[in-house]
Amino acid sequence: MSVEIESRECVVRGDGGVVEQLVVNVGPSHPSTHGVCRVIVHLDGEVVTKAEPVIGYLHRGIEKMAENRTYLQVVPLTDRLDYVGSMYANWAYCRALERLAGIRVPERAEYLRVIVCEMQRIASHMMSLGSAAADSGAATMFIYAFDQRERIIELFEELCGARLTYNYVRPGGVSFDVPEGWVETALAFCRTHRAALTEMDRLYFGNVIARDRLKGVGVLSAADAVAWGASGPVARGSGVNFDLRKHDPYSVYPRFDFDVPTGSNGDCYDRARVRLFECYESCRILEQAIAQMEPGPFRTEGLPRLLAPRPGDAYDHIESARGSLGVYLVADGTPRPYRMKVRSPAFCNLALLPMLAEGHMLSDLVVILGSLDPVFGEVDR
Amino acid sequence: MSALAWGAVWGLAAGLVIALAALIGVWGERKVAGRIQMRIGPQELGPFGLLQTLSDTVKLVLKEDITPRAADVRVFRAAPLIVFAPIAMSFAVVPYAAGFVPLNTSVGLLFFMAVPAISVIGVLLAGWSSRNTYATIGGLRAAAQMISYELSRTLSILPFVLLAGSMRPLEVMDAWRWWWIPLTAIGFVVYLISSIAEVNRGPFDLPEAESELVAGYFADYSGIRWAIFMMAEYGGMVVAALFAAAFFFGGYLGLPGVLGPIALILKATAIVVLMIWVKWTFPRMRPDQLMKTAWKVLTPMALVQLVIVGAVIPWL
Repeated sequence: MSVEIESRECVVRGDGGVVEQLVVNVGPSHPSTHGVCRVIVHLDGEVVTKAEPVIGYLHRGIEKMAENRTYLQVVPLTDRLDYVGSMYANWAYCRALERLAGIRVPERAEYLRVIVCEMQRIASHMMSLGSAAADSGAATMFIYAFDQRERIIELFEELCGARLTYNYVRPGGVSFDVPEGWVETALAFCRTHRAALTEMDRLYFGNVIARDRLKGVGVLSAADAVAWGASGPVARGSGVNFDLRKHDPYSVYPRFDFDVPTGSNGDCYDRARVRLFECYESCRILEQAIAQMEPGPFRTEGLPRLLAPRPGDAYDHIESARGSLGVYLVADGTPRPYRMKVRSPAFCNLALLPMLAEGHMLSDLVVILGSLDPVFGEVDR
Repeated sequence: MSALAWGAVWGLAAGLVIALAALIGVWGERKVAGRIQMRIGPQELGPFGLLQTLSDTVKLVLKEDITPRAADVRVFRAAPLIVFAPIAMSFAVVPYAAGFVPLNTSVGLLFFMAVPAISVIGVLLAGWSSRNTYATIGGLRAAAQMISYELSRTLSILPFVLLAGSMRPLEVMDAWRWWWIPLTAIGFVVYLISSIAEVNRGPFDLPEAESELVAGYFADYSGIRWAIFMMAEYGGMVVAALFAAAFFFGGYLGLPGVLGPIALILKATAIVVLMIWVKWTFPRMRPDQLMKTAWKVLTPMALVQLVIVGAVIPWL
């Protein structure tokens, strides 16, 4: 089924003049909509007067599906939320469930969760930086970033057998302990990754065209970022120093020494740079976590196969690569969740698009969309 | 032989040369891009993957030639040829070897600047007749861009007319001296940038901006017509490089016999590789930045070059 859109429309301007506008339907299948976003763009010449995102093309009803599955069966569903950062949704769900059912997690499992999630942050940011660069025409930066992401995905594959939907973080722990030699490979990756980040920084952010394309484009003020519920690199790019790892510390994060990079201008440049610097910080956390991790059990023994928490509700959130990812669970005493609701950062961040894109050019629209880094599995759920 | 038949022979020859240049150009681009991006590029078909583009061409020729229902059919079908023909014609005024230029006209340099500009019309028509919003925007962008860069490109080669006192390619080559290279260095930079913009290649590939306009003015083209657009792009790149190699770097001069044309081709290849390198390293510009570069940077630079050459001439 297709919806016909009138491709031209007349608009009365503020001064009484009538202008003919072009209505361009960008997406849902388009090279730079990062999945299946559809944006109806109203253009006056090249300038965007209105950009309306149309979402729902990837709606699979995951929150509803969760109500018909046992608590353990929901974990693979959460993989499909943010398919660029499956570990986060796994973890956020498991934290909510562990809070609901009062499950204790062994320390080694917490370290393993931190390690995979910081790796996932790097992988996700590499995807974001690479595809945002491709949106502005820098094809080589894209390949360089994906090369780094590929190395992490290979490590994940070695760890749990999957490259995209890991199903790794489970209630009460993780599914597998690290294989032999994995930790050394991970440490070696940290070393090479720093050099690669510096190279990418010089290749892309050092380029005068890239700077011109990103600076001053899609400026989000700190007040707006807070008011619209933006989180993650989008909020931090505007100078909002908010990171759940620091400000609502969970798991073993208080034991690590790391910084939260923030921007000051809130433009696409700052958002992208925040992501780049977060990768350096993730490397720091990774090295500390690997150094601190001690042998021990990687999951709680003796959990019932069919979890049936007492009636009640629980909410827990973690800092994903896109921002504050929260899962709200309601239990009614049966082995299936009564209700699951996901607070998805990508959805909140995408809501900023019409405001940020207005008055910019069509070329900027794709750059702004890329800088918000939406993943539509998580937006549409 | 009548002029028409003579023209047909040359047209066929030019078509073959461009087809060959495009075949090797696409292969070279994929190889160079591959190296830049830590890849190998094509390697399966033929030695070093040289036949890859040939098989791609066969695939394109065999593909269905789709015309959108809403398109203005005759304009839509003619547009690729209107883009391609002027590019093919501009091959005629490049001095390939001592005393050999296919079209020895007294306005050679003017011809080279003026004729490729006709392809703007084809691009505009392609964008307009497709009845596709992406294509329309791409076509309009292309028209604005190509006309703007036409000016700085023309200005950048005017120094040769001043220095040689002729627009006849062979007379310019006869008057050519090695110290023209440092003298016209600014002009070469302007020429190179303008030429990249003229053939719509990155970082000036706004009319076809893949990430914004999907494929811009040729978004609705398929099969052989799409291939003709590609050939026009590569043909434009090759002829721009040949022209630069001849006038900015002395082309075939200084070497006897067949070594002259080989030197010309090698110099042109180096310039093509430079263009490919630029494309695969730089992000794309924005339309307003593109215009600003053309009018506020390149045109004044070309004028400065012209003044420098003009100041030198009385001392010769």
